[in-house]
Amino acid sequence: MSDSTFNNVKEKTHVFSKDRSAFSLNLNEVWAYRDLLYLLVRRDFVAVYKQTVLGPLWFFIQPIFTSLIFTVIFGRLAQISTDGVPPMLFYLAGTTLWNYFKDSILKTSTTFRDNQHIFGKVYFPRLVSPISVVISNLLKFTIQFLLFLMFYFYFISIGTNIQPQWQIFLVPLLVIMISGLGLGLGIIVTSLTTKYRDLSFLLEFGIQLFMYATPVIYPLSTIPEKYRTFAVLNPMTSIIETFKVGFLGAGTFNWWHLGYSFVFMTIILFLGIIVFNKTEKNFMDTV
Amino acid sequence: MKDNYAIEVNKMSKLYRLGEVGTGTLSHDLNRWWHKVRGKEDPYAKVGQVNDRSVVSNSDYAWALKDINFKVEKGEILGIIGKNGAGKSTLLKILSRITAPTKGEVIMRGRVASLLEIGTGMHPELTGRENVMLNGAILGMTKSEVKASFDEIIDFSGCAKYVDTPIKRYSSGMKVRLGFAVAAFLEPEILIVDEVLAVGDAEFQKRAIGKMQDISKGGKRTVLFVSHNMTSIMQLCPKSILLDAGQIVFQGESQKVIQKYLYDTHKNISQVPFWNKKEDDVKFQNECFELESMYISLSKDSEPIGIANIFAEQETTFLHLIGTLNNKDKRLNIGFELYNDADQLIYFGCNTDSNEPSFTELSLGKVHFIIELPTNILNEGDYKIYSFIGLLDDRMIYNRTTAPNIGISFSLVGLRGYSGLHSHKRKMQINPNIKWYKK
Repeated sequence: MSDSTFNNVKEKTHVFSKDRSAFSLNLNEVWAYRDLLYLLVRRDFVAVYKQTVLGPLWFFIQPIFTSLIFTVIFGRLAQISTDGVPPMLFYLAGTTLWNYFKDSILKTSTTFRDNQHIFGKVYFPRLVSPISVVISNLLKFTIQFLLFLMFYFYFISIGTNIQPQWQIFLVPLLVIMISGLGLGLGIIVTSLTTKYRDLSFLLEFGIQLFMYATPVIYPLSTIPEKYRTFAVLNPMTSIIETFKVGFLGAGTFNWWHLGYSFVFMTIILFLGIIVFNKTEKNFMDTV
Repeated sequence: MKDNYAIEVNKMSKLYRLGEVGTGTLSHDLNRWWHKVRGKEDPYAKVGQVNDRSVVSNSDYAWALKDINFKVEKGEILGIIGKNGAGKSTLLKILSRITAPTKGEVIMRGRVASLLEIGTGMHPELTGRENVMLNGAILGMTKSEVKASFDEIIDFSGCAKYVDTPIKRYSSGMKVRLGFAVAAFLEPEILIVDEVLAVGDAEFQKRAIGKMQDISKGGKRTVLFVSHNMTSIMQLCPKSILLDAGQIVFQGESQKVIQKYLYDTHKNISQVPFWNKKEDDVKFQNECFELESMYISLSKDSEPIGIANIFAEQETTFLHLIGTLNNKDKRLNIGFELYNDADQLIYFGCNTDSNEPSFTELSLGKVHFIIELPTNILNEGDYKIYSFIGLLDDRMIYNRTTAPNIGISFSLVGLRGYSGLHSHKRKMQINPNIKWYKK
């Protein structure tokens, strides 16, 4: 070929048939579309709060009110223990983490349905979409985490007895684990719902019930010893407990529990990407 | 030199499930899985039928594409034509990786960009500038690539004044311009274009076609172009593929493919040599003359012929036009046109050809015209007769172009000379009985 642009196309050859890339994760292709990833995150962020008066302040309002309501209902009325930590701080820690998990899973669980118009018209690695959703939520989480820190330092400054532990350094890992779990579970659900819609109904109230099975509004220590093993099977349990130990010095920490959650997250994420990549090939025919 | 092909499609098929996806899906899936576990073929792929919209099938599955094979050389511009539902869009979707083939494989060599729609993924709340970046990224450009041609894109779109306005404030035409401008500056090795040029005003379409021609002239890009507009196919694509019912029925030079396509679409008016008005034939309703039926008979008073074959030995054939006259307009012109299989008009005639006043001064109510057609001058082949109604000052009420379904078709067989010594169809327009004399 005389034209130089044709000489380097070999590496870009795509072969696609029914059996294309059954077990490949396609991550290098996602990397090639990182600019799109950035722009999608930006779009989510910019578009949502355009034409609102309070703008990103809404990020603060939601967790504050949730924590206040929890403080009144579970702290004052139901008198559930918070391991000696100020209830507001205890609930804020729980809901901040939980909301990140919940938003990640719920918003990625509708990837195929929400994007069917775009997906039906142009190809890009579909994984870019749910990843951009998780990153958008991560930014939102960061803002809400700053809110938590504000309350945290306020309580310290008024002399509340709070003793942070060394586990505070595990927080970045915890955030990665929540992201992985949310993404992995979300893309499994969206893959299955392209054919069987029922699952999305199940997820919506299931995730609500699931919060009560996770030590968000109560500490793990209040669960009777013999049931604790079941509570720990929930991968979110040790993540939230470790976070509370690190910042508030109150809770249960166990390397085995955390290790279990990590392995769980890895498997779910891996499985999710495989199922998702398999679904993306044909979902337009069934969605 | 295998790598000279930018696109190779090998025995590619696509199966679609008909009807509601949902009921029975799980049981089919389980059954399919069970066959797969035992190493057997997909049980539902076998029952799938060739995709013909008009025939009610008794299978839940249909082949949208079946055994498609073709190759496109690098730098080639290939047109894809076919009726609605022929499988064009499915083919483009598979080539653009939106959906995967059920069987067979597709090999694409080079960066692919597909334009199945203009402005995919644009967000109404974002400004023109933000949307150009986003749309470019969705189409596969990197940020730096979009930035490099950003000014040109804005310039081409003619929206420079509104770059920082959210596009929800744009007119629909401006959105289309902006979307096309981004697409025009894509630089893929393979470009797949669906009928995106069919939007926008005439001036914009002209610009879009011009841009497409520029793209194709470079000879660097391989382009697949789907359109219903035969003029743009002729302008842009030297070669074309004709799809029908999910299969490639013809490929080659665009001119020949288009001829075949036009002939085929007109051929399907009626597989039988008679036509009766149906309730839904509203297209040609008029207050002058309402045609109710149209048929051919072998003598003036005989029954309509039931099969579409007329033997060429038959000297004349009779065309019947039956309808109701509702208006005594003297200018009313009722007639027929006879076309051959190359879509050429052989002859036409109308009631006002006759100098008898009974034909020009018709009385209201039922009218039954019997027209003697000279068929012994016709060559062997397939013919179509369309009816038309017009007014003498040249205003057409309907004709073949506006009502192509009002027509009948028949084949003329035999007559390769009277001697019986000739066995091939003669390559000529007409085949009159030419008499030979000797002195």
